[in-house]
Amino acid sequence: MSILIDRRLNDRKKNTVNRERFIRRYKQQIKGAVADMVSKRGITDMEQGGVVNIPNRDVSEPNFSHGPGGDHEYVLPGNHSYSPGDQIERQKGGGGGEGGEGGGSDDNFSFVLSREEFMKLFFDDLELPHLLRNALGDAKDHQWRRAGYTPTGVPANLAIARSLKQAFARRIALSGPLKKRIAELEALLADGSAKETAEEEIWTLKQRLRRIPYLDDFDLRYRHRVKEPRPISRAVMFCLMDVSASMTEEKKDLAKRFFTLLFLFLVRKYERVELVFIRHTDNAQEVDEDTFFHDKKSGGTVVLSALKLMSEIVGARYPTESWNIYGAQVSDGDAFGADPEKSRAFVEDELLPRVRYYAYIETPDDPARTSPLGYAYHRIEAQNFAMKCVTNKNEVYPVLRELFAREAMAWAH
Amino acid sequence: MGTLISESSEWTFDLLERYDEAIKEIAVGEFGLDCYPNQIEVIASEQMLDAYASLGLPISYPHWSYGKEFIRNEEAYRKGMRGLAYEIVINANPCISYLMEENTLPMQALVIAHACYGHNSFFKGNYLFRQWTNADAIVDYMVFARRYVTQCEELYGFDAVESIIDSCHALMSHGVDRYHHPTPLSVEEERDRQRERADYAFSRFDDLWRTVPVKASANQGASAVPNYPPEPQENILYFIEKHAPKLEPWQREIVRIVRKLGQYFYPQGQTKVMNEGWATFWHYTLLNRLHEKGQVNDGFMLEILTSHTNVVAQRGFDQRGFGGINPYALGFAMMRDIQRICQNPTSEDRQYFPDIVGGDWLKVLDFAMRNYKDESFIGQFLSPKLMRDFHLFAVADHEDEENMQVDSIHNDGGYQRVRRLLASQYNRDGQIPDIQVVNYDHRGDRSLTLRHLQHRARPLNNEAAEVMKHIARLWGFTVRLQTRDGAGKLVHTREARA
Repeated sequence: MSILIDRRLNDRKKNTVNRERFIRRYKQQIKGAVADMVSKRGITDMEQGGVVNIPNRDVSEPNFSHGPGGDHEYVLPGNHSYSPGDQIERQKGGGGGEGGEGGGSDDNFSFVLSREEFMKLFFDDLELPHLLRNALGDAKDHQWRRAGYTPTGVPANLAIARSLKQAFARRIALSGPLKKRIAELEALLADGSAKETAEEEIWTLKQRLRRIPYLDDFDLRYRHRVKEPRPISRAVMFCLMDVSASMTEEKKDLAKRFFTLLFLFLVRKYERVELVFIRHTDNAQEVDEDTFFHDKKSGGTVVLSALKLMSEIVGARYPTESWNIYGAQVSDGDAFGADPEKSRAFVEDELLPRVRYYAYIETPDDPARTSPLGYAYHRIEAQNFAMKCVTNKNEVYPVLRELFAREAMAWAH
Repeated sequence: MGTLISESSEWTFDLLERYDEAIKEIAVGEFGLDCYPNQIEVIASEQMLDAYASLGLPISYPHWSYGKEFIRNEEAYRKGMRGLAYEIVINANPCISYLMEENTLPMQALVIAHACYGHNSFFKGNYLFRQWTNADAIVDYMVFARRYVTQCEELYGFDAVESIIDSCHALMSHGVDRYHHPTPLSVEEERDRQRERADYAFSRFDDLWRTVPVKASANQGASAVPNYPPEPQENILYFIEKHAPKLEPWQREIVRIVRKLGQYFYPQGQTKVMNEGWATFWHYTLLNRLHEKGQVNDGFMLEILTSHTNVVAQRGFDQRGFGGINPYALGFAMMRDIQRICQNPTSEDRQYFPDIVGGDWLKVLDFAMRNYKDESFIGQFLSPKLMRDFHLFAVADHEDEENMQVDSIHNDGGYQRVRRLLASQYNRDGQIPDIQVVNYDHRGDRSLTLRHLQHRARPLNNEAAEVMKHIARLWGFTVRLQTRDGAGKLVHTREARA
């Protein structure tokens, strides 16, 4: 007799491990491809999988086998015109025409990285600075968790099935001996001995049986829940961008790329990420995402206005004890008069103590020249502050990597 | 006349069971096929892709090459470049067959007949499988292998394990025994044998022999160290497993695992035409019988015949999509042809196959299935009629000549030669280069020397240098590969240092 088994519900991802091995082995090549894709992609379709090509010779598995040359005879089907002795011209490199395998077209082993894999490689080795402290120390958030049943509680938490189960057990325990006795007495009755007393006792016993309550107070069970502290998994990211006239479209594109990448990165690390977009010219303004990225506005430059607005918003909406706050500022570094100095002081005294991390990205016209804002920011020594210069589209990703490289873990220890 | 088993083409487990029952009744009851018990598993297409990647085994050790295979198949499948096989069948006891969820009921019946009774009886009957694979143990062995490799990865790291497996995979085709070695003697047997020998020498002792003058020069010249191994060894992986100077015990075990796996697949490569031909022949015969008995209707049969026809299609060498000789087509045609020769022989058949003409086709087929592999099966049973049907012709491609030449075709003068050439095309020795271990310098620099004997002046391809590096990695010392031509003259030497 044959055995029929339905395996459809079995594990379908048996080869996930092998696929991972494959990606692990060719990580360097694949990472290169990922970095390439990131620099070519638009902002909106950053978060997708992608096609990776690896040269076939790199993934080949060598074997001892015959190469071209030597003497062969091939037997082929489908002869319609040949007679023995006919000459056939040799095709260049065709060998003998046996099989059509091995064309020149598949020089590359290409495959699609899933979105997950792509993002994993994308942010490989990156870590949030201060995440450790964050996760353990400042746990102010709480979460309810189930913890079995309790005999006391409010009616809303009554576990009905469980209570009935308890009642059932109690009824069996209480009625068992009585029923047994009744059965004994009835046996006696059947024998015909001690008729009067037995009947009377049976009657009393049955009364007692009837008095066992169906549901008693101490049968009741309530679902028990306990409050547990848990690390904050909320983050807010402040995107500060200078949109003054000196910020060209190209520079804004760099800024957008940086914000997008940073956002994608935070999304992977926190359950909930909120975004606050602040753009500034000579005054700052909180705007929505679309306006931030696409609307055109220009004017003068007062950096401090944006920093102040950020500080206000933090005070009003994001209490530091329940939010992880990140700040990212992009500017070309142009600032005038006392603005850079005041901004530095404001960042150092007001913002840095309240944020997890503050990154400043500069998009200068001439990377060799130190900008006024860059000069001022350079003197900030706090550990949760970082600044970098970006002049080219394909530098954005490496800079992000640099900012969040794993060394952050080392600080925490 | 039986009753119709079902009308619809949707399958259910209940219907599968009934079809299996009906097919079994014919296969075992009427035709006497000898099968392992069947275990039929219904799987989804993703699981089929999984099974593809691990060489059709239900379980295997983790390795990137399986991942690569999986990715390749998945991509091809998703783009619609390739359909999936309807079934995969595993040579195990019980015989495990996978049925795809997406198949219609007639397809499931076809697969049951093809895999569960066709392939199954071939695995159980064919001499190569009987000799070389242990159907009872393979799944358990792979469970062990997987666990062992995973443990090694934990203990010694992914990279160390991966590199060993890489190297072993490179040598997989040179890690099979083609002949059974006598089992080694136990200590007791060894002692008995020595005693026997001593007794014999004692019984034949005659002091007189001492006085016979001995030729002085006989053995003194060759007092040097005897060559090791005394005979060339063709199982390179086995030699490495036993003798590689530097391998750790766990590495040897992994070499062994890969070697066993290679050995398990050794018969499959040599019986492709027969195995598929046999299974195709039986699904064709069994399902037609089912139709004859009235257990399935015409619509059912039409769907099966459509699929069957696709499977056994053979394209000509100059047609689009030609991919060599289709083993299903050739095998099926040969099996049918043997049946025909037994039942309705022509005078030509009488001349070519006097032994089987008019015989009981079931017995002849059964005999062929049990005792042949592709090479010998074609050499023995390919009839002139089939060569004409397939329009087979042979092309000679010799290195020294400017053009290729049509060697022989499907005519009176050519039958014998075409048949012989086609048979030799299925000879494993022609496909896989003859490379053997000839020397292990275990008293000197511990280098290993391999000898490649060229078969008809065919050179190795340029992957050989890579493979040499792998051997050197396993061996731990210098490895040399000497290529010799047919006459034994050294033509080329490669060397890889560890």
